[in-house]
Amino acid sequence: MKYVDEYRNERHVAGLAEMIKREVTREYSFMEVCGGHTAAIHRFGIPSLLPGEVKLLSGPGCPVCVTPARYIDTLVALASHMDITIALFGDLIRVPGTLISPGEAKASGADIRIVLSAHEALDLARSDPQRKVVFAAIGFETTAPGTALTLMQAEKDLVRNFYVLNAHKVMPPAMEMILRQGARIDGFICPGHVAVITGAAAFDFIPQNYGLACAVTGFEPADIMLAVLMLIRQVNLGKPRVEIEYARAVSAGGNTMAGRYMREVFEPEDAEWRGLGILESGGLKIRECYRRFDAGIVFPVDIPEPEADITCICGDILRGVSKPSDCPLFASACTPDHPQGACMVSAEGSCHSFFKYCCHE
Amino acid sequence: MCLSLPARVLKVEGDMAEVSVGGAVFRAGIQMVEDLRPGDYILLHAGFAIAKMKEDEALETLRLLNEIEASGSGTGKAGPGDDTGGRA
Repeated sequence: MKYVDEYRNERHVAGLAEMIKREVTREYSFMEVCGGHTAAIHRFGIPSLLPGEVKLLSGPGCPVCVTPARYIDTLVALASHMDITIALFGDLIRVPGTLISPGEAKASGADIRIVLSAHEALDLARSDPQRKVVFAAIGFETTAPGTALTLMQAEKDLVRNFYVLNAHKVMPPAMEMILRQGARIDGFICPGHVAVITGAAAFDFIPQNYGLACAVTGFEPADIMLAVLMLIRQVNLGKPRVEIEYARAVSAGGNTMAGRYMREVFEPEDAEWRGLGILESGGLKIRECYRRFDAGIVFPVDIPEPEADITCICGDILRGVSKPSDCPLFASACTPDHPQGACMVSAEGSCHSFFKYCCHE
Repeated sequence: MCLSLPARVLKVEGDMAEVSVGGAVFRAGIQMVEDLRPGDYILLHAGFAIAKMKEDEALETLRLLNEIEASGSGTGKAGPGDDTGGRA
């Protein structure tokens, strides 16, 4: 596949591994904050290609993992209404709420459909005007413009049975929170697809304010290895900056049209991240002029505060403080077939990736 | 969720395009990219084209990778930090 296969060339990857080995002068810790990177790093066995001095940590980059249990409980509660259809991305179907997952609610008869896009959810609403269709809108800057465009379309076409239960989040505040909490890292493998929208400049505050290296990175093995080399060289030179490894898709300024659509529909708000707590301006709120579509306002539900599971250490894993194998539940009570915490549910979650590719090493 | 894949544009119809990801055909909203034509490659994310792939930059990265591979077998040093990469 063009733009994919070229970056899986094993000779390139071997050359990068050799170059990295040659240039390592100390220990390095780099954190990725994108679920796609988490999955790719384990899938391609990147840690096994790196010298022992280079450690890769997973941060809070999986949108499913950082979606609070309360959100899942709200979806399940809405799904119990006879006239409501829930449209959600497949990643969400098995996420455990406080009592049940959306998948279990579906098995009990709730009308829950898996969609590939927000516009598919809007099509569902158009095809059955008698039903109220609620789209479960989660994801970072990459996904939010699509939700925004779909709401704008619904407004334009006067679709009155389409709603959004919004939990969109934005990435830079989470990275800043990790740094403020004193994470011991030397740099970030910055999220390539978030950066397609925001532009690489969204991460300038990291070298400027925290003196840490950054490489905006693609998702193939040569991309990730090249980014690690960029980060090592920045550290060795003592000149941190934001480099763009993924230049075939990312620019410094980002996708300005997507940014405009996002700002038309959303405004920043403080938001809860599962495992991290409330982050200042860490989420997006639907603006007043689009509130008629906001399922959180149109269909208020009263759900009890979920009790924190003190044995699951998803929060520490999301902050890069602990590894999946440090969790007492990992690979025993918590597996991909029977996930206890959100990090095990999504294929992009640290625990899921670790279970699938590493835990038998 | 974060998964986005390069897709080849097959057909453009107003705000939507038919795109192929390794032969699998999807519909994509194309409101976020300009001047799209059949044969172009986009980055497909959750049913929307979020970027048009840049061929010149893709080739530039490949040039850098070739250079690193070549120097990996010798003692030379190449790549980012040597003013050959890291366009930011």
